[in-house]
Amino acid sequence: MSEDKSKYLIQGFQDKWEVVIGLEVHAQVSSKSKLFSGSSTTFGADPNTQVSLVDSAFPGMLPVINEYCVEQAVKTGLGINAQINSYSVFDRKNYFYADLPQGYQISQFKNPIVGEGQITLDLKTGTKKIGIERLHLEQDAGKSIHDLDPSNTFVDLNRSGIALMEIVSKPDLRSPDEVNAYVKKLRSIMRYLGTCDGNMQEGSLRADVNVSVRKEGDEKLGTRCEIKNVNSIKFMQMAIEYEAKRQVELLESGKHIVQETRLFDTKKNETRSMRSKEDAHDYRYFPDPDLLPLNLDKSLIEKIKKSLPELPDQKKERFIKNYSLSPYEANVLVSEKEVASFFEEVIKTADKKLTTNWIIGDLFASLNEKNISISQSLIKSKEMAILINSISSGLISGRAAKEVFEVMKDTGADPVQIIEEKGLKQKSDPKELEALIDKILEENTDKVSQYKSGKDKLFGFFVGQIMKVSSGTANPQLVNDILKKKLK
Amino acid sequence: MSDITNKSLTEIVDLIKKKEIKSEEVTNAYINNAKKGKKLNSFITESFDSALTKARNFDAKPNYESLLPGVPLAVKDLFCTNGVRTTAGSKMLENFFPTYESTITTNLWKEGAFLLGKLNCDEYAMGSSNETSFFGNVINPVKENTVPGGSSGGSASALAADLTPATIGTDTGGSIRQPASFTGTVGLKPTYGLCSRWGIVAFASSLDQAGPMTKTVSDCALMLEAMSGFDSKDSTSIDRKKENYSKKINKNIKGLKIGIPKEYRVDGMPNKIEELWEKGKKILKEEGAEIIDISLPHTEYALPTYYIVAPAEASSNLARYDGVKYGFRSSKGSNLIEMYENTRSEGFGDEVKRRILIGTYVLSSGYYDAYYIKAQKVRQLIKNDFDNAFTKVDAILTPSTPSSAFKIGEKKNDPISMYLNDIFTVPANLAGIPAISVPIGHDKNNLPLGLQLIGKPLGEQTLLNLALSMESKSNFKQNIVKWWEK
Amino acid sequence: MSIDKDKIKHTAKLARISLDENKIESLSKDLSNIFNFIEKLSKINTDKISPLTSILDHSLRTREDKVTDGGIRDKILENSPNKNEEFFIVPKVIE
Repeated sequence: MSEDKSKYLIQGFQDKWEVVIGLEVHAQVSSKSKLFSGSSTTFGADPNTQVSLVDSAFPGMLPVINEYCVEQAVKTGLGINAQINSYSVFDRKNYFYADLPQGYQISQFKNPIVGEGQITLDLKTGTKKIGIERLHLEQDAGKSIHDLDPSNTFVDLNRSGIALMEIVSKPDLRSPDEVNAYVKKLRSIMRYLGTCDGNMQEGSLRADVNVSVRKEGDEKLGTRCEIKNVNSIKFMQMAIEYEAKRQVELLESGKHIVQETRLFDTKKNETRSMRSKEDAHDYRYFPDPDLLPLNLDKSLIEKIKKSLPELPDQKKERFIKNYSLSPYEANVLVSEKEVASFFEEVIKTADKKLTTNWIIGDLFASLNEKNISISQSLIKSKEMAILINSISSGLISGRAAKEVFEVMKDTGADPVQIIEEKGLKQKSDPKELEALIDKILEENTDKVSQYKSGKDKLFGFFVGQIMKVSSGTANPQLVNDILKKKLK
Repeated sequence: MSDITNKSLTEIVDLIKKKEIKSEEVTNAYINNAKKGKKLNSFITESFDSALTKARNFDAKPNYESLLPGVPLAVKDLFCTNGVRTTAGSKMLENFFPTYESTITTNLWKEGAFLLGKLNCDEYAMGSSNETSFFGNVINPVKENTVPGGSSGGSASALAADLTPATIGTDTGGSIRQPASFTGTVGLKPTYGLCSRWGIVAFASSLDQAGPMTKTVSDCALMLEAMSGFDSKDSTSIDRKKENYSKKINKNIKGLKIGIPKEYRVDGMPNKIEELWEKGKKILKEEGAEIIDISLPHTEYALPTYYIVAPAEASSNLARYDGVKYGFRSSKGSNLIEMYENTRSEGFGDEVKRRILIGTYVLSSGYYDAYYIKAQKVRQLIKNDFDNAFTKVDAILTPSTPSSAFKIGEKKNDPISMYLNDIFTVPANLAGIPAISVPIGHDKNNLPLGLQLIGKPLGEQTLLNLALSMESKSNFKQNIVKWWEK
Repeated sequence: MSIDKDKIKHTAKLARISLDENKIESLSKDLSNIFNFIEKLSKINTDKISPLTSILDHSLRTREDKVTDGGIRDKILENSPNKNEEFFIVPKVIE
């Protein structure tokens, strides 16, 4: 049996251990108002300014569901190839905490709005399908701030009641890399659909990570621990690595894994048990009597289905087929809908290969450097196309283009203008180039002789001199050709 | 004007509209009665000054186009009233001042009425005798040392004693109808969803309904018309056009079929109640209705079902009373959990705590299927019984209560005995159908008793017509001596 | 059916209600009586019945995604037993 070197395994003292991971992703629905109340959902507002009487659970307050949130859940369900349940029920999940004003969270337990689904990951080792158990709608809780006062906690209910889609994966993930790909794919799909903005810094996307280990080859699942509320992919990966090692060490020393909820400590980079969970919670789920069962019209589901945009997988296939891109290139270009649109805009008038390279290379580098998205980029598709065309047409050299790009990324200026101002027009007139070349050869007759007697490396010297004297604007290809002829 | 407070709401509205009396005079009359009625302990909060101001404002610029022009009304202290203390009869909300107004009271004020005060009730509407209120027992005006019934005991007491021309209560298991029977007044629990629950302190969400409590059936129709209607803020509110109950009410009940369920004849039921039940049957028959024997086979399971479903929902609805956002917070406790435990232990009374514990238990892991799910299944059976019966009859006639008003303290230490008060009223809540209690006579101790008419979903008009017919022929006379004024 | 003291204590913990040791005895008695009363339901066969999901005919009504509420911080905090201008204040949880 050949060893699959791509498998992620923890090396213990004697055995190799496989890590089994399941993710419960909480994605904030991109609605303007909350799931059951009319308060705003914008990020970063002053404490308790986006809170209604319903959100703070005053006596006699009642929930009314937001139709947009229902539609986004259906859309997302369709985007992950899942079954849409036309009958679903909202249940109360009962527990006490300062940021849970009702003393219960309205969620869905036995009858979620979306059933089983599946998404495909593109990994270095190939594609892998990850099963999804279900998707349901639920309320987010408020925020407890513990560090503003030594003996008190401050409670902000702005977030309380915001709509979340909880997407539960099957325990099909096997490595931090797969988790990375899974979260990115899920995020990409939701951003394509517009159902969640996937902004992890603002808390729009976070996950509870379930980790267990088992000896390589074992079929039975080990006892899992749940690492709650991890809000970045990097932390998810670090938490998994730490937790898997912790569990392997425990098992190898003959101890048992206690099924428990843990937190990832981002300062110490380790997981630890949540001490406040003395007994396991008994959530006493029961259908919320202030709400009725949700019945979705088949016609509504059909309407939403028809309105779906092209999703990443479909777009990737189309890009590979129509534009002859490699799977890797297609993958990168479709990861964000805005990038894919940008690409397709540019290639309407510009060369595909060059565009691909410039977007994946220089453009992405500049976006990363500035920490902005493509929609915030100062370089628009029109200008990008012009720049690339000026290379294709020979107007400027590839090297000069990089210089132009540097200016464009900070100013968004028209490349043609920049080329003019900097005098970067490529010299491609053979007569003009001949004259330049002749001059250089005349000034360096000794080197010419040396070259002719075998010192091939001097070719580069001549090219260099020609570039220097022409301020880099000599057409390199032509210079090459002409120089070759003259040095025969 | 001779004692205006003797008159019915309909009569008072008529006099106001005819300009024969001013709102200020009416309001003063009730305020005087209320001031003299403190022994009854039916008010928790008095709004007499603001009521007078509103009365004067009405008189200065009267609008006679509404249903309740210039009428002062005291309401059960379960309805949140903007800026006016709302306690739900509990220490937990002893100093709670809502910044919002319930839909029901908003509807009443829109029809020209205004707040006279907040009336005592069993704590969080849990009780059948108004003996669980943090603010003390309410006395039945019919007889000293007697309970008025509950949970809307303060409402029934104030109404019967002429401290308010009419009032509203809430009914989860009988809390309007049972006190109506005990005090010789009329009380209606509407179809579930007819009256909005928004702004009413919630007890059991799938059972609670607000309803009118009045001296006469015509008054009841008027109040129901004013308070009912669709509310988009309540997901359980029925979306339909409002009905003009007061305009359509009439005594013509010819041809209506009245069901008499054999299962409502319970062991040990006093003869007098059986007698009065026969009286009611006779009246309806004489007025043209047809009496038909029917069976509601699952009746005996209604109370146990109720005492699983209601506490379960209540345990969850009352979880919000944690001392964080409003209400009482215990000064004991050095951390969050201790603060919660002490707040809820000190803030809630014994009956409320008992029901929260029952509710928590029946929902808990391992018991949910055996209790809660089981109860919801039996509830379906009870509803099916009624659906079935209503294919044969238009309404059902039963006694309202298994006894007349009992002595204060008599049943306090026996929860089960207390729960049995609701035996005839609970089924209608479980099935979500309307029911009205109409006073029919007195027992040998001169305590009033009522008969209950149960109707089809949204069949309030039929119920009101039947009740009007019965009232007109019952010769029931409220014979209350105002002993508390001495 | 008897409800023993441990069950009562556990239930009280779930419901966040502290119980007086000397009251647990009578509470146990009361609750046991009530549960005996409720036990009546076990006599009835409900194998073929689905639990009631709603006594209403209509399905869940939805509302438009519009901001119609919030921005009333003063009102929201007004009734709190402990607060400052911006937050509700509660004792810390022991973590």
